[in-house]
Amino acid sequence: MRNVWTILVKELYTYFVSPVAYFVLFVFVGIIGFLFSSSLIIGGINRMETTEVLNVLFLNMSVTLLFFAPAMTMKLFAEERRTGTIELLMTSPVRDVEVVMGKYLASLTLLLMMLALTLPFPIITSFYGKVDVGPVISGYVGLILLGASFLSIGILVSSMCRNQIVAALTSFGILLLLWLIGFIARGRGTIGEVLRYLSLVEHFEDFARGIIGLKHVIYYLSVTAVFLFATVRSVESAKWR
Amino acid sequence: MIDVQNLTKYYGSFRGIENVSFRVEAGEVVGFLGPNGAGKTTTMRILTCFMPATSGKATVAGYDVFKESLEVRKHIGYLPETVPLYLEMTVESYLKYMAKLRGVPKKRVKERVETVMEACGLTHVRKRVIGHLSKGYRQRVGIAQALVHDPEVLILDEPTIGLDPKQVVEIRQLIKELGKEHTVILSTHILPEASMICRRVIIINEGRIAGNVWLEGGRVTSIQTGEGAAVQVGDRRTLSLLVRAPEEALKTALQGMPEVLDVRVEDIHDGVVRLSVDHTPDSDIREKISSLIVGNGWGLLELSPMEITLEEVFLKLVSREIEGVRG
Repeated sequence: MRNVWTILVKELYTYFVSPVAYFVLFVFVGIIGFLFSSSLIIGGINRMETTEVLNVLFLNMSVTLLFFAPAMTMKLFAEERRTGTIELLMTSPVRDVEVVMGKYLASLTLLLMMLALTLPFPIITSFYGKVDVGPVISGYVGLILLGASFLSIGILVSSMCRNQIVAALTSFGILLLLWLIGFIARGRGTIGEVLRYLSLVEHFEDFARGIIGLKHVIYYLSVTAVFLFATVRSVESAKWR
Repeated sequence: MIDVQNLTKYYGSFRGIENVSFRVEAGEVVGFLGPNGAGKTTTMRILTCFMPATSGKATVAGYDVFKESLEVRKHIGYLPETVPLYLEMTVESYLKYMAKLRGVPKKRVKERVETVMEACGLTHVRKRVIGHLSKGYRQRVGIAQALVHDPEVLILDEPTIGLDPKQVVEIRQLIKELGKEHTVILSTHILPEASMICRRVIIINEGRIAGNVWLEGGRVTSIQTGEGAAVQVGDRRTLSLLVRAPEEALKTALQGMPEVLDVRVEDIHDGVVRLSVDHTPDSDIREKISSLIVGNGWGLLELSPMEITLEEVFLKLVSREIEGVRG
């Protein structure tokens, strides 16, 4: 446990001495703020229900996360492999699972910071009408779960790459594909249902509407667990090559 | 301390090392010497649990590198060939991170980091970002990192590569110091370096061990090749002479001395003779020879001891190995 903490702290330090953390935090908040204010202007706050405003806000955040998650995970392993510091990590008395968890939790911490910075938007909405706390909480729970699964995919890709740009583009491609299959699948019978089930963003819609569905929670947690497990295996297997 | 038996590593069908066996006792400073691509790094990577061997067995400090790899890693300090540094960290924060990762108890982290910074001459750059340091300092940070948890075994892969001559001397001195309290394995392809730092050199070539050479103060004392037993090379010493004298008379006079075992004329030019004189190891006959020559009215131009160097042994072992493979 101590090792996980040590690695987590070091990875956060790395995020904040490089421009990655600032880029991710401020550009994300900037884009969400832009989308939020334009939805208010275009929609007209007086004609829209506050629930609708929040629904749009959360959906916008879910899609924007898709672009940012790869930037948050790209460095985690790819950079260590490129510079050779992975040799240091692998020859230290640390288990592979501790390395993966330390790095993953660091990226998750950055995600939580990002989401915390968007809290002013629901608060601003509450100036224009009554805002129920329930949907706000469910929206953020959904974003954390969704983000957690995005990051788990990103970290797996990073563990297989030497180049962080390649890692970012590959995980972005995978996330985009998993989002798009949800669109394609709409209204296409059984196969469509299966594809929609696989689409990461589809499961988020209920959260944005204020419902925390157990099956969606389980879905996100199992996706995250599977990809983290695969990452541990990928880190182990690198030794055998 | 380190026991390696029949270690073999294949990368796909490419042979890394084959049937490598050796032992290193506690407190020894052993050099791995070999041409590039001989298998030095491969052996070190297996010992440090970075990758597993295809077959064979290796133990470090009594722990098996495959089955008890976490224990082994606690006892090893490792400096890989490309010094692995987080360039964005400061020297101090990097060493603290490595200390924690290597399992130094929380209370002792600060003290250990201070100690290794002192030992490696890093105290005055502690707040500097590693990416801004010169190559020599980075190398020192790499060595400090390997020492921070006070391991029993130090494995250093090419510790002086890419340094300027002054830095090389400093790092060698540092390793010599470390050898007093640690078991050290270091790899190098620089011969003088090996003979300067190590008491024993393991010569690796084409993935196999070509031989062991023991040294004392830079002088080869015994050699062991292949499966054979170690051979003392101290049974004779050789002097090189350059004398202006009639060849036959000089030869006879020298052979008349009781300590002289053999006299060989190497070259004659304008009445100046170059010869090698083998004599018994327990006597220094330089003064006797010079007074003999001067007493005969000849001119002594040069007199110098010749010693078997690591270089000669290395070249012999390595080239024989190549012939063996071809044969």
